[in-house]
Amino acid sequence: MQTPAPTDYVRATSVANAIALLEEHGEEARILAGGHSLLPMMKLRIARPEMLIDINDLDELRGIRVEGDELVLGAMVTHREVLESPILSEHYAIFREAEKVIADPLVRNRGTVGGSMCQADPSEDLSAVGSALHGTVVIRNSSGTRTVPLREFHEGPYETKVGPAEMLTEVRFPIRPGSGSAYEKVERRVGDWAVCSAGVFVTVKDGVVADCGIGLTAVSAEHFCAPAAEAFLIGKAPSEENLRAAAKMAGDASDPSSDQRGPADYKKHLAEELTFRALTRAASASQGA
Amino acid sequence: MQVTMNVNGESITRDVEPRKLLVHFIREDVELRGTHWGCDTSNCGACTLWVDGEAVKSCTVLAAQADGHDVRTVEGMETAAGLDPVQQGFIECHGLQCGFCTPGMMMTARWLLDHNPHPSEEEIREAISGQICRCTGYKNIVEAIQWAADHPATSEVNA
Amino acid sequence: MTAVEEVPISPAGNPIGFGNMKRVEDQRFVRGQGNYVDDVNLPGMLHGAILRSPFAHAKINGIDTSAAEALPGVVAVLTGAALEAIPRPSLLGDNFAWMPTLSYDTQAVLATDKVRFQGQEVAFVIATDRYIAKDALELIEVDYEPLEPVMDAKRAMDADAPIIRDDKGQTDNSITDVHGDKTWESGNAIGTAEAIAAAEADPDCVVVTQEIMYPRVHPSPMETCASVAQMDKVTGQLTLWTTSQAPHAHRTVYAMVAGLPEHKIRVISPDVGGGFGNKVGVYPGYVLSILGTIVTGKPVKWVEDRNENLVSTSFARDYHMTGKIAATKEGKILAVDVDVLADHGAFNGVAQPTNYPAGFFHIFSGSYDYPNAHCKVTPVYTNKAPGGVAYACSFRITEAVYLIERMVDMLAAELEMDPAELRLKNLLRPEQFPYTSPTGWVYDSGQYELTMREAMRIAGYDELRKEQAEKRARGEYMGIGISFFTEGVGAGPRKDMDILGLGMADGIELRVHPTGKAVLRLSVQSQGQGHETSYAQIVAHELGIAPEDIEVVHGDTDQTPFGLGTYGSRSTPVSGAAAAVVSRKVKDKARLVAAAALECSPDDLEWELGRWKVKGDPERGKTIQEIALLSHGSLELPEGVEGHLEAMTVYNPPNLTYPYGCYICVVDVDPGTGQVKVRRFIAVDDCGTRINPMIVEGQVHGGLADGIGMALMELIAFDEDGNCLGGSFMDYLLPTAMECPDYELGETVTPSPHHPIGAKGVGESATVGSPPAVVNAVVDAISPFGVRHADMPLTPANVWRAIQGRPVRVDLAVE
Repeated sequence: MQTPAPTDYVRATSVANAIALLEEHGEEARILAGGHSLLPMMKLRIARPEMLIDINDLDELRGIRVEGDELVLGAMVTHREVLESPILSEHYAIFREAEKVIADPLVRNRGTVGGSMCQADPSEDLSAVGSALHGTVVIRNSSGTRTVPLREFHEGPYETKVGPAEMLTEVRFPIRPGSGSAYEKVERRVGDWAVCSAGVFVTVKDGVVADCGIGLTAVSAEHFCAPAAEAFLIGKAPSEENLRAAAKMAGDASDPSSDQRGPADYKKHLAEELTFRALTRAASASQGA
Repeated sequence: MQVTMNVNGESITRDVEPRKLLVHFIREDVELRGTHWGCDTSNCGACTLWVDGEAVKSCTVLAAQADGHDVRTVEGMETAAGLDPVQQGFIECHGLQCGFCTPGMMMTARWLLDHNPHPSEEEIREAISGQICRCTGYKNIVEAIQWAADHPATSEVNA
Repeated sequence: MTAVEEVPISPAGNPIGFGNMKRVEDQRFVRGQGNYVDDVNLPGMLHGAILRSPFAHAKINGIDTSAAEALPGVVAVLTGAALEAIPRPSLLGDNFAWMPTLSYDTQAVLATDKVRFQGQEVAFVIATDRYIAKDALELIEVDYEPLEPVMDAKRAMDADAPIIRDDKGQTDNSITDVHGDKTWESGNAIGTAEAIAAAEADPDCVVVTQEIMYPRVHPSPMETCASVAQMDKVTGQLTLWTTSQAPHAHRTVYAMVAGLPEHKIRVISPDVGGGFGNKVGVYPGYVLSILGTIVTGKPVKWVEDRNENLVSTSFARDYHMTGKIAATKEGKILAVDVDVLADHGAFNGVAQPTNYPAGFFHIFSGSYDYPNAHCKVTPVYTNKAPGGVAYACSFRITEAVYLIERMVDMLAAELEMDPAELRLKNLLRPEQFPYTSPTGWVYDSGQYELTMREAMRIAGYDELRKEQAEKRARGEYMGIGISFFTEGVGAGPRKDMDILGLGMADGIELRVHPTGKAVLRLSVQSQGQGHETSYAQIVAHELGIAPEDIEVVHGDTDQTPFGLGTYGSRSTPVSGAAAAVVSRKVKDKARLVAAAALECSPDDLEWELGRWKVKGDPERGKTIQEIALLSHGSLELPEGVEGHLEAMTVYNPPNLTYPYGCYICVVDVDPGTGQVKVRRFIAVDDCGTRINPMIVEGQVHGGLADGIGMALMELIAFDEDGNCLGGSFMDYLLPTAMECPDYELGETVTPSPHHPIGAKGVGESATVGSPPAVVNAVVDAISPFGVRHADMPLTPANVWRAIQGRPVRVDLAVE
């Protein structure tokens, strides 16, 4: 069994304290939330922080609630809480559909929304969900907070706009009455990273797509989304022909690499196919709603 | 650093390095060796135990994180009243062969049944989907858990 | 559960004989009280860790261990150079840097001149703590000079390919076996070639040719390999706790390799967390822990990571096969020819009997009646880990069965004939047994059609074909795959079968205590097969002693007789036979004692379970328990009859046994994504007498999961730089409960005529028989797209590519 390199450990007593500790220890400190992204990397000795700042005591970072016309998730909300949340499932089916295919039940007990977002794996399913829904994150530092749209959050693989002495504290999603949503994932086996996933919402009004969001992961779509495909679909009827055309554009927005999960053209094909299937179900749900 | 945690109802205090994984702590510092490990990448679930009543992969938790918390392992399943129905179910239904993944499977089974006393076959399979067995092909593990769900009382347990 | 015969039930509720008995070993396992090697902790014990090569092929120009040695807590660091300096007082090799393999090749314990596979052992750190040992690995500096690696067996024999075994003075990468041959052939080469040529020229015949790969996979038991070595300098006794499927064989190997006196070596396999052939070989880690305890004077524990297990221990398969099958257009098989290129990795470490360099691959002619078959197997070196015979292969029978069952399915497709119908036309008939195959195997017994029809009945085969037709019309793709396999297990007759010169006959000892309880000491080694339960049942069946009154001892060379261990499904055929034979010896002895006690002739006695009684006067008799006490007592025994009630025997099997079965797999394929869902898996096995049906079924369940894994997701691939792409469970994917269906099992029972209780063994049957059933099903599902073959693993990407008509080498990195 692989073991981490030596490190130090402290428990934050508040978000402010966590930020202060980050400032004190600098680049060699890492936030420890669920630990299911960080600890595996430490065990491989790819990550070698010298100080771990454990934020598991910070109840202020927990909880799922409605605030005005937004859904608000604290950074420490676990994947399991997202999966089982009646608040979230009431508004969007995509949360449960995505979480059901993220990792496994045991990992979902510990892994957090904030942790997954900040890990920013290029195959992260929640990144596709977040981009599809045009979510935002709240980032806090010692001067205050700012909000960053998820479609601007990623700077590259494993790199986000969260700076060295900053913490992500919340993820927020607009509530869209009358919308339908869906998530489609192809994986080689349960618990694996996606070969490709597509997550969408569609709001159909008066027989026409009034709004939609298309999120993609694992296929190097810029900011995990397909805005051209979305723009194409808005204002059009959700017919099979239009959904297929939008799906093709989603495929075009992907730039996957070949690896053991499959060749690039297969993944591109999946981006198209899964977007089509997700759009079909989401549009149907919106019209049934 | 020093950590103190409640392990199977007993308060345990030990000195550890911050990097020490909970699975190693339980096995080596607390000398409870029923919890096993089988991989490096949090995939196999042989290390599954409970922290604060939740089934977790103890290879992906630091002992430091469990400081001040409640830990339960397979050694805590049997009580004075006898084996847990999950344990008995695994015996009744041949739900184990080499026994290496078994403690983890049983800890997840008990956690599942505590939350969902009458799970469907699909729910059982999903609950253990983060754990690997190389011997049983899972069919008898599923039946063992179903047996435990059907026999919640332990009055007829064989020793 | 299957129906069982009426057997008396003991006071503890166990069958006195064959039947479903709950396992004795479960009592400790469900309490977390198993004792695996990593559970062994001794006072003063140190921890070893191995530094492994990041390169698949590189010269070593120097190793600097000074920083590692200076780390607090590090006790010693060994390198190949240090081992080279220790001369070995034995016949096998010059020094301790190299050790013999089970195929009479040599393997480096620690690299000296070069590294030859990624993950090869380069240095060994011994420290006070597992974490410190790992820290020390990072402080060792190795000056590597990378060389071009050979990662493709098809390239290994190119004239310009780098030479891997220059340490042996080789001028190419061919492997010469212990008999001096570079290839191995079996069967009738001329007759087969003529039959195939004739069929090619005959318009009423067809010949189907196909390249089929069985890619490199890995047994991956949940417990990785480990050892704790303790040398007592005062007594000279070496005790080794280790994950071994063959403790006695390992002990003899250590004696030969290390020049240690064999009577001073004790090998203990405590509980083993799965073996599947992964724990047959002797690994450098075990040898290093032994050297470590000798060097430090303290016990040394070595436990490998999962990464180490996957990249360095015995892999399985890696066979590039080209099959040719000739048949009449009516569907009568005429001949099968196979050419195999075998990738053995950097050292030839295949584990099989000496006379069989390609194992039992030549059973590929399968379960069908035809006169001409021939195979040629050519092994080569590559820059990959050594091994090859592992993962429940029954010595390459997995490869053989996969080959023939794929060829038969492709023949069915070519003839546009239902694959069940084609098999039924060709299956061996009961009256043909014992049957000598074209490659010389003597199959002991079989009722093949009976078994196949039972599988078809359980599956509802005709309904499935109807459903398939309806679905195809709607553009939905389901597949039905059949596999009919014949295994040869229970190696084996000692005149034909030995490993490293150790004949494959096994000893056993049975002692009945004065109070009538018994202890049975086995040479075989359970890694989950339930021997403590099933062997007690064999003795119970023979002697009528309740199973709970029989203790089964295994796993400790000090406590058990010599034998070759458990792999290749050999326990029941060999040691199970031995258990029956030794019980009968005890029973015969008991008869003599009973006769003395009853003052009659032994011929006046007849047996009923547990008791010798006087013919015609059944009230007069003696139970086994009474006889046990009498035999230890003061009763005067006749001339030539010694006291006590015990026996031992060494069972030399007269032949292998041939379990067989028919499996049917039903899959649904999503052509838009390539995803495969296994909907149903029907398995009808015939392993002869079933000692404990519950245990038999458990063995089958496990093997069916293996087939799903290999067919759909398991793969150890390499990129052209030599990087192993299957080095963790994130990449080496194993099936979970979600990928496996609820299996549907059936049985037929055709005893082995030469086995004392008619049992054939079953441990590997399902791993052998299941992969072709799954692959046949997937190919069947996507055959409307013109697919006639696709190599494992049939991941979604590979299925999609097959549908697109794009061939792909599964074992190389994706382009």
